[in-house]
Amino acid sequence: MLKYDVVVIGGGPAGLAAAIEAKKNGVDNILVIERDKELGGILQQCIHNGFGLHVFKEELTGPGYAERFITELKSLDIDYKLDTMVLDITEGRVINAINTIDGFMKIEGKAIVLAMGCRERPRGALSIPGTRPAGVFTAGTAQRFINMEGHMVGKKVVILGSGDIGLIMARRLTLEGAEVKAVAELMPYSGGLTRNIVQCLDDFDIPLLLSHTVIDIKGKDRVEGVVIAKVDENRRPIPGTEKLYECDTLLLSVGLIPENELSKSAGIKLDTITNGPMVNESMETNINGIFACGNVVHVHDLVDYVTEESIRAGKNAAKFVKDQLIDNSNVIDTKPGDGIRYIVPHKVRVENLDKTLDMFMRVTDVYKDVKLVIKADGNIIREMKKKHLAPGEMERVKIPVRDIKGKNISNITVSVERGVN
Amino acid sequence: MKQYEKVCIVCPVGCRLTITEDSDSDSGYKVEGNNCPRGEKYGIKEVTNPTRVLTTTAKIKGSHYERLPVVTSDGIPKDKLFQCMKEINTLKLEAPINAGDIVIKNILDTGIDIIASRSMSKE
Repeated sequence: MLKYDVVVIGGGPAGLAAAIEAKKNGVDNILVIERDKELGGILQQCIHNGFGLHVFKEELTGPGYAERFITELKSLDIDYKLDTMVLDITEGRVINAINTIDGFMKIEGKAIVLAMGCRERPRGALSIPGTRPAGVFTAGTAQRFINMEGHMVGKKVVILGSGDIGLIMARRLTLEGAEVKAVAELMPYSGGLTRNIVQCLDDFDIPLLLSHTVIDIKGKDRVEGVVIAKVDENRRPIPGTEKLYECDTLLLSVGLIPENELSKSAGIKLDTITNGPMVNESMETNINGIFACGNVVHVHDLVDYVTEESIRAGKNAAKFVKDQLIDNSNVIDTKPGDGIRYIVPHKVRVENLDKTLDMFMRVTDVYKDVKLVIKADGNIIREMKKKHLAPGEMERVKIPVRDIKGKNISNITVSVERGVN
Repeated sequence: MKQYEKVCIVCPVGCRLTITEDSDSDSGYKVEGNNCPRGEKYGIKEVTNPTRVLTTTAKIKGSHYERLPVVTSDGIPKDKLFQCMKEINTLKLEAPINAGDIVIKNILDTGIDIIASRSMSKE
């Protein structure tokens, strides 16, 4: 059995930041396990820029952002295994993993950090009728083909879903010479950042069809077209609004789901809204010594926030190894109120907080001129005016520790309230 | 007086800008709705000479992937995007390459370089 102080599963932005931070906090014996043939994770295929504005105060591409962390990881002499698949996590924080060099391995971690990221919702999750021709890809798969492996996926393309990946792929395909006929979005608002609508769709005159969805895929061997229809307020297709778009490719950008197989095998409690593990202020799951961070916990819109959260996970994994986490303090539950879909973390042990309690959350709808109201046991402790809130944009709330420490608070709620002019 | 509505794309906040011609100001424009100075700069540029940072890939041989991600050293005029793509697509690079290496100097006489956005080692 291999023995490490901290084992990090996943060598993407979350895993890299967690491993580096654990090392910087005095833990020497760290292993990062990565399934792909290099470190960096999905950032390696996200060749567009816009990463790092918060962390580095400059605009980097995905591979550029990843490289900074990879270089640091290597300079800190942190062990990593590539091409290595974790099969499951068993009792006593023992990981079963396999690769072609070491064969089957049992790896014990005093602490484990889960950083496996998320996966895309595929066609099977959508129940689109029609045949099963070639030419239907998830946006991320197409991104890897084009940006890393050098294969073009099609000439005439329709994209379903207006999340950031869908928007970015609309621009990418256009630059590579394809004709993107339309981006169809089921909801009445886009799931992506406004800046991406401007620079990925508007710049190239690509139509964004809100409240529209794909209801049929035509073609036997290869996609020959898709039928798009308008949907009503219940998101049901409106008869008579169907329109055929001739195309050879359909890209699906319809949401991401935290990668949960390993979390489940370890017996970790999941949040039914985020689909990721429930975590506390230290990013620790309900299993002692197993931490989680990044998109495996909840899907982030900015990698900078992933880094921030993962630094917290790495630091606390190190604290756990050194037996410095406090487990018997005042525990606060966080609860999403009106207009809030979820809050991470789910539980807060006040004694473990440094200076602030950082909460990430998403709203349920698009709101204009509202305020975010934070209450502790029903009493307002903070209000923040917000001009614009959207489900596609993650919100972050920081509460100074002095506002909650020593007050024996049992719950904190955040809600969206109207009445701001 | 001409007025433009633009969404700032400098950062993910996405401020909604109103840019108005204003002969009294040095730049000739007044920008409203921005939360930071970068928004003002962007707003004026967007109505005078809109530019974009171009990110794409170039062919590379001898490494573990077929494509090297590249990026322009600064924004290039929007109407030159496709010409730049054409130029970059003629490249045939060989590993190793280091992040920051210039792969095309002064593309299309814009004063902008095309730069490797990651390192790729020889395999």
